[in-house]
Amino acid sequence: MLKVDQLRLGFTAGKQTLAAVDGISFAIAKGETFALLGESGCGKSATAQGIMRLLPAAGRILGGSIQLDGEELLALPEADMRAWRGSRMAMIFQEPATSLNPVLTVGRQIGEVLERHRNLRGAGATERMLELLRQVGIADPERRLGEYPFQLSGGMKQRVMIAIALAGEPELLIADEPTTALDVTVQAQILDLLAGLQAERGMGMLLITHDLGVVARMAHRIGVMYAGELVEVASREDFFSRPQHPYTQALFAALPEVSRRGMALTTIPGQVPALSAMPAGCRFAERCPHVMAVCREISPPWREPQAGHAVRCHWQAEAAEENPLPPPAVSEAEVERPSFLAVSDLKVHFPIRRGLLQRTVGHVRAVDGVSLAISAGRTLALVGESGCGKTTVGKALLQLIKPSAGSVRLGPNELVGMAPKRLRAARRHMQMVFQDPFASLNPRLRVGDIIAEGMAALSTENDAEARLAAVAALLQQVGLPEEVAGRYPHEFSGGQRQRIAIARALAVQPELLICDEPTSALDVSVQAQILNLLKKLQQELGVAYLFITHNFAVVEYLAHDVAVMYLGRIVEQGRAEDVLRAPQHPYTQALLSAVPVPRLDAPTAVIRLGGETPSPAKPPAGCHFHPRCPHAMPVCREAYPETRRFSATHTVNCHLLP
Amino acid sequence: MMGFQIVVLWSDALIWLLVAAGVGVGLLIARNPPLLAAWRRVGANRVGMASATVLLAFILIGLLDSLHYRVQLDGKPGQKATYAIEVLSLLDVLASPLRTRNEKTYSAPFATRLYAKESIDLPGQGTVRDYPRLKYGGQHLGEREDEVAADAGLTAGRAVLLALLGWLAVAGLASAAVRQGSAAVNASGWQKIWRGETAFAWNAVLLTLLLILLFAVPLFWLAGQYHVFGTDKVGQDVLYQILKSVRTGLIIGLVTTLVMLPMAVLLGIVAGYFRGWVDDVIQYIYTVLNSIPGVLLIAAAVLMMQVVIDTHPQWFSTAAERADLRLLALCFILGITSWTGLCRLLRGETLKLRELEYIQAAQAFGVSNGRIIIRHILPNLMHIVIIALVMDFSGLVLAEAVLSYVGIGVDPTMTSFGTMINNARMELGREPAVWWSLVAAFSAMFVLVLAANLFADAVRDAFDPRAA
Repeated sequence: MLKVDQLRLGFTAGKQTLAAVDGISFAIAKGETFALLGESGCGKSATAQGIMRLLPAAGRILGGSIQLDGEELLALPEADMRAWRGSRMAMIFQEPATSLNPVLTVGRQIGEVLERHRNLRGAGATERMLELLRQVGIADPERRLGEYPFQLSGGMKQRVMIAIALAGEPELLIADEPTTALDVTVQAQILDLLAGLQAERGMGMLLITHDLGVVARMAHRIGVMYAGELVEVASREDFFSRPQHPYTQALFAALPEVSRRGMALTTIPGQVPALSAMPAGCRFAERCPHVMAVCREISPPWREPQAGHAVRCHWQAEAAEENPLPPPAVSEAEVERPSFLAVSDLKVHFPIRRGLLQRTVGHVRAVDGVSLAISAGRTLALVGESGCGKTTVGKALLQLIKPSAGSVRLGPNELVGMAPKRLRAARRHMQMVFQDPFASLNPRLRVGDIIAEGMAALSTENDAEARLAAVAALLQQVGLPEEVAGRYPHEFSGGQRQRIAIARALAVQPELLICDEPTSALDVSVQAQILNLLKKLQQELGVAYLFITHNFAVVEYLAHDVAVMYLGRIVEQGRAEDVLRAPQHPYTQALLSAVPVPRLDAPTAVIRLGGETPSPAKPPAGCHFHPRCPHAMPVCREAYPETRRFSATHTVNCHLLP
Repeated sequence: MMGFQIVVLWSDALIWLLVAAGVGVGLLIARNPPLLAAWRRVGANRVGMASATVLLAFILIGLLDSLHYRVQLDGKPGQKATYAIEVLSLLDVLASPLRTRNEKTYSAPFATRLYAKESIDLPGQGTVRDYPRLKYGGQHLGEREDEVAADAGLTAGRAVLLALLGWLAVAGLASAAVRQGSAAVNASGWQKIWRGETAFAWNAVLLTLLLILLFAVPLFWLAGQYHVFGTDKVGQDVLYQILKSVRTGLIIGLVTTLVMLPMAVLLGIVAGYFRGWVDDVIQYIYTVLNSIPGVLLIAAAVLMMQVVIDTHPQWFSTAAERADLRLLALCFILGITSWTGLCRLLRGETLKLRELEYIQAAQAFGVSNGRIIIRHILPNLMHIVIIALVMDFSGLVLAEAVLSYVGIGVDPTMTSFGTMINNARMELGREPAVWWSLVAAFSAMFVLVLAANLFADAVRDAFDPRAA
C-alpha cells in the first residue's frame, strides 16, 4: 500500500543541505505494522514527517518517491496533500500533552477532522464522535466530548489523539513513539488498543520507536535505521531469532536483563557520526566489532540471507557466535552489611492553597509514610509509575524538600530538622544524580568547575592544586579524558554529560548515591555504558545506590533490593530476586506483566489495570490500589493493609496475604 | 596660545565610565566561550552589523560631545585667570562654523535669504520690504543667488568623490585584514567579503559605511557654505542642533538603563529565588508602581527636582552644569519608574531556573544561596538582561522626546530631539509653515531608534537558546 523508494530528506544549515535520511526504501502492506527502530537522531521522525510532507521549515525533500496506493505523494500540490492528510493517512505524536490544543474541547478537535474529511456536521458528527471515543476505550464519552485536554490524564489524551487520527478513517497510521511518554501499564493499554484497531480496520501502520520491547509486541516487519540509512529489514521472527547486522546485534547485547546480572553489558563504542561528516563507506564502520577494510571504502549493498530478510553489511559470518567479545565477568560480592541509612515513616505533604487568603484546603500526599533501609555497597531500586512520589522520596532524603514528618537517620544522626550548619556537613555522605543530563549541568560553567563545586562548598578539598588533581582523577574514574575539565557542557553528548554528573556527585566521596532515573533520557547503547560505569564504581568504591526508576530491565540487571511504590506508599519490598520472580502484590504483578519484553517468546497475557493512578490529593479510602485491583475484596475498601511479612526479606502490604 | 580648563560634567564622567565598562565587559566576553560564540553570531548577522555601524557613528558623535572645556578669557597679566561662562565640547570646536554662524531668524534649507520679509533700508531707494540676504548662507555666491543648485551640486559631487576614495581605503584595509586572518589562498580577501564568506559580516559593514560616507561627507562639506537643514527661530543651524541632540538621546538611553538594571536584576532574582514573603513584597511594590500612570509619576518627580535646583543656584557655576544635572535627574527618575518590566521577566525566569536540576545539585552540596545566585542563576539570565538592555535603549530615547514635548523633559537650554519637536509645534502653526526642523529631528531620531531596534533584534536572535 505505502511504498517509499530511495527517499532522501535533508535539513538546510546555512548554505549547505545535510542529508538526515539518505535513500531509504520500504513498503507497508494493508493490515501490516512496519516498525522503524533506531536510536535518537537517526532520522526516524524525519522519515515520518517526510511521508506526511510535514517537515519543519529547514527540511527539504531531496529525492526519491513516496507512493500511497500507486499515487505519488511528492508530486501532489499542497492543497491536495491537505485532503490526504487525516483522511488517508494520519499521525499520532509522542507527547500527548502537547499534541492537543489546550483551549479547544475534545469534541471540537475531533469534529474538525470529521468536518474536513467526512463532511459531517451537527448531530451526525456528534454521534460519530461518541462512537470513536467508545472505540478508543474512553468511558462516559458524552461527558468527555465537552471537556478540555487539561481535564484528561496522559493516557486519555493519547486515546483522544488516536480517536482524532481515526476520525478520517485513514488507511495508513503513522505512530511516532506513541507510548514513550506513558507509564508501562498505560503503555500496555494503548498498544493493545492500537493493535486491536489495526486488526479491525485493516490499516497499515508505521510504528516509530526505540524500544525493542514495543517492537516485539507490535510489529510484523522491522526496519532498523542507523545514521539516516536502513541497515536491516526483517520479519519479526527473523529479527528476534537471527539478527544479522552488527548494529542490531549490539542493540540486543546492550539490553540490561536479569540473565546478564553480574556481567558488564556490551556497549557500542563511539558515537553516531555527525550529519556533516558522514563516512563514505559503511556508516557503522567506526563502531563495528567486525569492521573490515572494505567497510571503510564501499557503502555495503543490500543482500538477502533469507527471503524477506535483507541486510546492508559486508560482513557475512554466521550470526555472531553469541558475544564475539565475551564481556568481562564481574563477580558479585554478596556480603551483608548493616544499614547506614534508615528511613522510617517519611511523609512529604504539599499544601493545596485556595482562595484570596491562600488558605490550606488540603494536602497532596506525595509521600505518605515510606520506610526504607539501605546498607553500604548495595543497590535499592525504588520502582513505580510517574506521580507515585519516588522522586520526592529521593529529594526528601537529601533534604532538598523538607519532609513533613518521619525520620531519616544517617548513621547516628537524624537529618530531619537538623541545624543548617550540621546538615551541610552531613550532605557529603549523600549525593544525587539527576534524570536529565541536559538540565543537570550549568551550561555556563566549565566541566572542571562543575565537578569542583561540591569540594569547594563542602570544603573537602581546600587547596586549589589538590582540587585540580582530584577533578582529573574523577574524570578518569568515569571514563573521560582529563582535558575535558576545560570544556563546556554543550560540547558533550547525553551519555558523556551523565558521566560528568556522576563525577560531580562522587567528588565529595559520598556513601550513598541517589540516582533519579539516570538512564531514562539515554539511548540503549549509552544506557549500557552508564550502567556498566555505575556497577564498576560500586565495586571500586563500595558506594550504595538508591536507584529510582520505572524501567524493570534496569532493576533486574542492577538492583539487590526492590521497593515498589504506589501513590506515596511502598506496597512491596524485598530482595530483587524475590520481588521480581514471585511478586505478591497485585500491583507489582500487573506492572511486571505490562513491561514489554524484547523477545519472541514474550508472555502475552498482560494483567489489565483499569483506569489510571488516582490523584495523591484524594487517595481512595482503604487500600489505595483497590479501585484498579482485579482481586479487590470488601475489606480493601475499608482499611489500608498493614505490612505483612511474606518471607524474611520480603514484605507486602495487601489483604490477600494472610 | 589660549589656555583652557577641562570641565568634567557628571554625565561626561558617567559616559566615559560606561565606555570603560563596555571595554571591560568585552574583555570578559572574549574569555567566556559561550558568550563569545553568541556575539560571533551577532557579528555574522548582516542587518545587525549594518545597524551597529550606524549606531557607532551616533556614538562617536556623542563621545565627541562629551569632552568639555572652558576657554580662558583674555585678562591682564598677573591677574587670576578667568574662564568663559560658556562650556564647550570637542564637537563644538569641530563644528564651530555651524555653531557661530547664526542668522537672524528662520531660513529654509539651502536658502540665501531669510524666510520672512523685513523692511530693509537701501541706500538711495528708501525702505523696501523684502527677504533680507542671509549673513552666512550662500555668502560666497555674492550676487549669483540663482546658482545655488549648480554650486551645491558641484560641491556635493566633489565631496562624493572624496567619500568614495576614503571608503576604498577602508575597504582595502578590511580585505587585507580578512586575507591575513584566513589560511585559504584560493580567493582574495575582497572576493570573500563580497560573497559573504567571512565569519564577520564585512560586506554589510562596508556597504553601510559607504552609505554613511556618501551622505555625511557632502553634508558637512556643504554645511560650510549653506545651512543644509535650515535655521531655527533664533537663526541657529538645525544641523548643529541635531548633532547636539545625539548626546542627549544617548545619555537618556544609556544612563537610565544603568540606573534601572541593578534594581531590576537584584529584585527580580531575589523575588524568584527566595519566593515566599520576599516575593510578595517585591511583587507588591512593582504592581503599585505599575498602576500609577508613568507620565504623572515622572512629572511629579521632575517638578520637585526643578524646585530643588531653582532654590540652590549656588550649586552650579555654569548653566551647562545645571542643565546637565537636570538631565541626570531625569535619567534617574525614568530609571526608577521603568525597572518593573525587566524585573517581572527576570523573576519568572528565575522561578523556572531554580527548579532546574543543576541548581538542586548545588543545593545538595550545601552551596550557599548567594553563591548559587551568582554562579548559577545570574549567568543564565544574562541573555535576557542583554536583550532588555538594547531594547529599552530605543524606548527611552523615545520617552525623552515625549517628556520634553509635554514640557517635563530636559532643561530648555539643552538641545534634544524632544525640545526640537516641541518647538516644531509652534513652527508648524505659523504661515508659511516651518517644516525643516521637525523633519530633520524626526529623521535623525528615526535612524537612531531604527538602528538600535534592528541591532536589538540581531542580539536577541543570537542569544536565543533554541537557535544556538
